[in-house]
Amino acid sequence: MEFFKIRRDIPFMRYALTFNVISLVTFLAAVLFLATKGLNFSVEFTGGTVMEVSFDHAADVERIRKSLETKGYHDFAVQNFGSSRDVLIRLPLAKGQTSADLSKAVMTAITTDDPGAQLRRVEFVGPQVGQELAENGALALLITALGIVAYLAIRFEWKFGVAAIIANLHDVVIILGFFAFFQWEFSLPVLAAILAILGYSVNESVVVADRIRENFRKMRKAPVNEIIDNAITRTMSRTIITHGSTQIMVLSMLVFGGPALHYFAVALTIGILFGIYSSVLVMAPLVRWLGVKREDLVKPVREKKQEAVV
Amino acid sequence: MNRYPLWVYVTIAAALVIGFLYTLPNFFGESPAVQVSSAKATIKVDQGTLGRVESALKENVIEPTGVFLDTSGVKARFANTDTQLKARDAIERALNPDPTNPSYTVALNLLSASPAWLRAIHALPMYLGLDLRGGVHFLLQIDMRAAVTKRLDSLAADIRSHVRDKKIRGASVSRVGNEVVIQFQDAATLDQARAGIESAFPELLFATRAGDTESRRLAGGLRPEAAKRLEEFALRQNIQTLHNRINELGVAEPVIQQQGAERIVVQLPGVQDTAKAKEILGRTATLEIRMVDEDNSNPTALAAAKAGQVPFGSEYYEDRSGTPLLVKRQVVLTGERLTDAQPGFDNQTQEPAVHLTLDATGARIFKEITRENVGKRMAILLVEKGKGEVVTAPVIRTEIGGGRVQISGRMTTVEANDVALLLRAGSLAAPMEIVEERTVGPSLGAENIEKGFKSTVYGFVALSLFIIVYYQIFGIFSAIALAANLLFLIALLSMLQATLTLPGIAAIALTLGMAIDANVLINERIREELRGGATPQAAIAAGYEKAFGTILDSNVTTLIAGLSLLIFGSGPVRGFAVVHVLGILTSLFSSVVVSRALVNLTYGRQRKLDQVHIGNTAWK
Repeated sequence: MEFFKIRRDIPFMRYALTFNVISLVTFLAAVLFLATKGLNFSVEFTGGTVMEVSFDHAADVERIRKSLETKGYHDFAVQNFGSSRDVLIRLPLAKGQTSADLSKAVMTAITTDDPGAQLRRVEFVGPQVGQELAENGALALLITALGIVAYLAIRFEWKFGVAAIIANLHDVVIILGFFAFFQWEFSLPVLAAILAILGYSVNESVVVADRIRENFRKMRKAPVNEIIDNAITRTMSRTIITHGSTQIMVLSMLVFGGPALHYFAVALTIGILFGIYSSVLVMAPLVRWLGVKREDLVKPVREKKQEAVV
Repeated sequence: MNRYPLWVYVTIAAALVIGFLYTLPNFFGESPAVQVSSAKATIKVDQGTLGRVESALKENVIEPTGVFLDTSGVKARFANTDTQLKARDAIERALNPDPTNPSYTVALNLLSASPAWLRAIHALPMYLGLDLRGGVHFLLQIDMRAAVTKRLDSLAADIRSHVRDKKIRGASVSRVGNEVVIQFQDAATLDQARAGIESAFPELLFATRAGDTESRRLAGGLRPEAAKRLEEFALRQNIQTLHNRINELGVAEPVIQQQGAERIVVQLPGVQDTAKAKEILGRTATLEIRMVDEDNSNPTALAAAKAGQVPFGSEYYEDRSGTPLLVKRQVVLTGERLTDAQPGFDNQTQEPAVHLTLDATGARIFKEITRENVGKRMAILLVEKGKGEVVTAPVIRTEIGGGRVQISGRMTTVEANDVALLLRAGSLAAPMEIVEERTVGPSLGAENIEKGFKSTVYGFVALSLFIIVYYQIFGIFSAIALAANLLFLIALLSMLQATLTLPGIAAIALTLGMAIDANVLINERIREELRGGATPQAAIAAGYEKAFGTILDSNVTTLIAGLSLLIFGSGPVRGFAVVHVLGILTSLFSSVVVSRALVNLTYGRQRKLDQVHIGNTAWK
């Protein structure tokens, strides 16, 4: 079986400007959604209480809402979670009431209406912890980005490091843009998914960069554009197969993983799809723009020590 | 050129065997068990306890499938949950004849059902996180400022008795904010007393400030090192107290750990009655004995106090029946002086009561106080989360020696039990607050395992099929290498006894999906070499060699992301990061070395290799 029968190198670099404009537009759109809609942070970041309640029949979300309202709660959210029988209730931080009291009071309110209700999960996060988690998450993102730039700068050249991280942070912003646009819940597992994707997508850039370096050595006469085109064309098959393989796993999580893994898998899916595009079609033009030269990658061959030759 | 020396094959075979052995325990499931551990520091669980458990079971004709002793206590396995429950009751009756004062914790538990020889080589199943087995997780934050305030209060009391002993007249001691302030009669007394106080209370740092001499006052705060010591002590003391309280709850494998400088993590796996657990943990009750402000106990003063005009040095309370009361701020005795608290009944009224036993110092103070204040009233307060409640305020009839005190005052039997439990479990050095809480029901846990397992298995099967169809024989090698990776990863997690969570399972699936990258790189390279006209043997060798640099680079970048998640992540993200990082490391070995070994075994010895099956390489 063979998916790719590419006889000639595809002239990606000719369309570099087009790709960059597409990227810029999607990027700006993502930033716009982030700025106007903002992320729908989970309680882990905002602080508050989440309760998962399961019923032995389809849950009447409206009735739960009403009975909580009559108990004097406000700013809460009730929604189905996974199935029609499971309900997720989100309550904001309440002053002067402990989480234990709160979840107990809510459960009493629900069970008076419906004795078959069962508490499956309670999650409470205090405001301070929430803020710390958000800070640590941002810090993890920053350290990962810096670490990758540093590694690529040492292993290749600073231009590759900078180009790769811009390309991949562009992915991250786009994932965040999706979460902002659809108001999907942004939780800790989603953050983990984004960081994992960041590390993973950089692989693409590494593979292409490796090829570019190799081509600089082999294709001594070729212009830089041709070298990059060849590198992308050669690695394209591998890029698609690898991402397809990873996506098979992620798809399996999306289908069988249930609601707990849903947004984790969604974030990975977006990341994988945009990763293919960005690490190849954003990173390479950027490297070109930063002005990569043969001398950047191919170090002059040092003369071998005489005694090593037998 | 495609041959490995024998030792490489031997190493791989050994790794696979070890991986298999340590993965094995995860498949045996768990059998119901009863675990007996000590509930008191003075009681050790040893061979004798083991004997008592065995004889208790024999007396009740309960047949265990195994009884043994390990570091966490005596454990007995049973065939089913019915016998487990019966056995728990039987053991409970035999070991704790007095249920109100248990010496042992008898808890239900699940033990790995893997055979003894696996346990003997420490092959244990992975430790499941709370989201998979159900239970409660709390993160408690200690209020360190309250700890400091409390310490300063007691130092102020000590200084008060110091100036009384030294006969320094007219000095008044009080705590103002984070300082103890001593007001002297005149500057000469201040100068005289200063050195004495400074040497007697090295914990305090008395700053010399302009105007202090004129105003005849001496003010001191805790030294930074003393404050630090105090915080460390508060943390240790609170952890100890939590241990005691949780022992009373009877949880099989509780986790109580320090996190950072002022936080404690408590995990109670398998706890069903979460409300009770929260109540016991969340309550931070301490006992305080104070004197009632007799000078202001007339109705007008009480009415004024209720309206908010509380006389200086006193606090306004209402006892359980609603009777208003003015109580002096000065604390005579705190719960620290308490050695035991038992629920019981009042001898005369038959009302539920709590019997307290004080330590020697406490008994002496109590004796003095009662002697000096015959005919006056003393208030016994239960302080929870900074709020005091007057349990009772009896009139002192005679001097009470011997350190035995009884509190009674319109309590129900249940309340008396709870108060006694809270007091007995030891007082907390500083109040704590739950800042994070996660409760997972057992059914949700089982569902999470199933969903995680399903997504990994189905994903793995689909991925293997795809890779085999696409790369044919080399696809089979890649799929076997991927299976080896899964084996190594689970074995490693089991060996390290890392906690597996649902994000951890997701990380297993994701890591497998990412690990295949290495094999795709290799296989694509081999195809390319073949297209370039290389002989099969040369193409294989070149493919592995050229791909390796790229594989290493890409794994390092993934590792950077994994490590920063590990360092900065918390809770569920940590579980993800651990598996992710370990998975990257095992994948390097399996996808490069194991798959190469398979290729070498298959093709390495064929001198004339015309064709390898790696999918279509015909174009170009």
